[in-house]
Amino acid sequence: MAVAFDEMNGVDGQVRPAYAQLSSWLSEIRPDVLDFRRREAEVLFRRIGITFAVYGEADATERLIPFDVIPRILSGNEWRTLRLGLEQRVKAINAYIKDVYGKRECLRAGVVPEDLVFQNPVFRPEMNGQKVPHDIYVHIAGIDIVRVDADTFYVLEDNARTPSGVSYMLENREIMLRLFPELFSRHRVAPVDNYPDELLATLQSVAPIGAAADPTVVLLTPGIYNSAYYEHSFLADKLGVELVEGRDLFVKGEVVFMRTTQGPKRVDVIYRRIDDDFLDPLAFRPDSALGVPGLMAAYQAGNVTLANAVGTGVADDKAVYSYMPDIVKFFLGEEPILKNVPTWRCREEEHLSYVLDNIEQLVVKEVHGSGGYGMLIGPSADKASIAAFRSKLKAHPKNFIAQPTLALSTCPTCVESGVAPRHVDLRPFVLTGRDKIRIVPGGLTRVAMKAGSLVVNSSQGGGTKDTWVLDG
Amino acid sequence: MLSRTADNLYWLARYVERAEYLARILEATQRLTSLPIAYIGETNEWESAVATAGCEHAFFEIYSEANEENVTEFLAFSTENPSSIRSCFEVARTNARAVRTALTMEMWDAINGTWLELKRFGNGPTTREELSRFLRWVQESSLRFDGSAYRTMLRNDAYWFSRLGLYQERADNTARILDVKYHMLLPANEHVGGPLDYFQWAAILRSVSALTSYHWVYRENVKPWLVADLLILKDEMPRSLASCYENLVRYLDAIAVAYGRQGPAQRLARGVRTRLQNAKMEDIFQNGLHEFIQEFIADNNRIGSTITQQYLA
Repeated sequence: MAVAFDEMNGVDGQVRPAYAQLSSWLSEIRPDVLDFRRREAEVLFRRIGITFAVYGEADATERLIPFDVIPRILSGNEWRTLRLGLEQRVKAINAYIKDVYGKRECLRAGVVPEDLVFQNPVFRPEMNGQKVPHDIYVHIAGIDIVRVDADTFYVLEDNARTPSGVSYMLENREIMLRLFPELFSRHRVAPVDNYPDELLATLQSVAPIGAAADPTVVLLTPGIYNSAYYEHSFLADKLGVELVEGRDLFVKGEVVFMRTTQGPKRVDVIYRRIDDDFLDPLAFRPDSALGVPGLMAAYQAGNVTLANAVGTGVADDKAVYSYMPDIVKFFLGEEPILKNVPTWRCREEEHLSYVLDNIEQLVVKEVHGSGGYGMLIGPSADKASIAAFRSKLKAHPKNFIAQPTLALSTCPTCVESGVAPRHVDLRPFVLTGRDKIRIVPGGLTRVAMKAGSLVVNSSQGGGTKDTWVLDG
Repeated sequence: MLSRTADNLYWLARYVERAEYLARILEATQRLTSLPIAYIGETNEWESAVATAGCEHAFFEIYSEANEENVTEFLAFSTENPSSIRSCFEVARTNARAVRTALTMEMWDAINGTWLELKRFGNGPTTREELSRFLRWVQESSLRFDGSAYRTMLRNDAYWFSRLGLYQERADNTARILDVKYHMLLPANEHVGGPLDYFQWAAILRSVSALTSYHWVYRENVKPWLVADLLILKDEMPRSLASCYENLVRYLDAIAVAYGRQGPAQRLARGVRTRLQNAKMEDIFQNGLHEFIQEFIADNNRIGSTITQQYLA
């Protein structure tokens, strides 16, 4: 594996321009001051965490996602390229989903194999031929980006269902502003706190055609036992919309209403943070107590907008991912601005045999896995797990893809021994409305807190950083 | 606002109020039972505490005898009793989390802090001293929650619904304690003025935190009909039935004005308030205090379910 590119020090130890101020600040600040601020941040987070966070009822000492006080910095130029690439990618994803549930031209043209769509458990036949307002399926996308050198950003994953984490992006910035005013005085950092306004504008813009000028938007949560409940209530609060559970809604005459103290109130747009499977017990899982009976019928009648649309999972599994560059070319007629990580599809025989031969150097992922589960990192895995994965691969090759072990870029991070480089990724949030695509500069930077670790997922002990996009 | 949100706020306030009331009952009972038998008679004060809490039936399904240990466990710490202090705080906190955004930071801190601290008491204090500390703590927690609601909430429907819960619970509690002790409040000649009654009445007043108020209002020794007068008709007494209904009517009216229409809840509550305003203590005793209170409790329950139907369901 190559030496990782450090976003502050490059590969040759020369401080890169965007990090000039931060680097000199880091060399000035006394380690005990930095450590004190780090602990202060933790207290603040614990307070907010205890105040908001949702974990098992039995365990009151709630686990926090570690927060690193050293920001991750992107120059204005880097961001401009990323932004264009993200817009392009999400446009293509929307066009692709429309096509899958519509004319299916990309399948006929052989851009994406049919079985990948039709045998995919997240394909929703209910959506065949279904119109959605303004042809937008993925209103909120979280595109995971990794970097390997000064110029190369790869898309690692497209999250087109119900991506989470944006509340950390917002709170990280608030905490940083409180703790490090002097660091901000040396930089001009693009704000992120307009995200809730942008999200609300996006959601209102996709209200059903014919809805009131001031459409009613709600956020649908599975409830207080969901691990992301904190984010749901946080966002509803910032958006100024009702945080509803399934039982707060009902459908009458294919129209969705919420139960309020002043009687039923019509709902136009539902920002749902609940999976397709649980949306409507009449249409999907009959045992779902989280959903709203009849919701799918109201949706199909065009009386309510769901954000994201039903069936967007066909665009975000890891097998479809490998076709994304072709999808961009097919639908937009453009070269993809953001590259994919080179990917071997184990469904193809040559690829499978390459993967089996080189498994020690590869990262093998389950096609439907997420959160860092169901994944093998060849170079750091022991013999037994490699053997286990080999047999899984042979039994169900279609369920897996493999990628080279990337030398993810690193950023200076506070660890026990001081400040040291740690691997990072980036999840920008892309909002697609009727009028335009909105992206708040930056996103959520996730950082692997353990030395050498490439796993940034919070479920695997990863942390987060504030992400700064600078002028110029 | 969402009916579920209003419902959660209403019950959140009710459960916190109930927890405080249970702590007061236990405290008053503890005090009574540490007096010599000659002062309080042969009555089983622990049984009467269970009755006052309105859960006699549930209690005797689990226990055969009402003694200090069983009653304290049941009313304060039992997880089997859905109305124990612990259960009240648990439910209150769950409700609070579900409506996190409708609460102010201070309210959330108060209820969440209480819930976290509750765990520190484990399965319950082992000594009387610890129990006393626990009971004080429960009352302080309720004061803190109520105070933060009063001082920080916007005066809108969220506030009004939480007040409705509080006053309905309080009215129910005051009525129950009067009812359980009513036989002692009746001016039966042989008892009046004896030391036995004195301590019982003092205990009643204490459990609704009205002992000092009593002296300020009447400037007299504790007399049974005056205790009843204070707890039923005196609207300057914050736990009296009259005062609770002043407030219920006020907040129901505020909701009606804001929503531009009223319903059966408003009419029923006004009816009860008018009856309390026009009532005289002599008449109440004449027609039977027990009957009066039973009727009040039924009315209060009816208004509760009417509020639920009208707004919370």
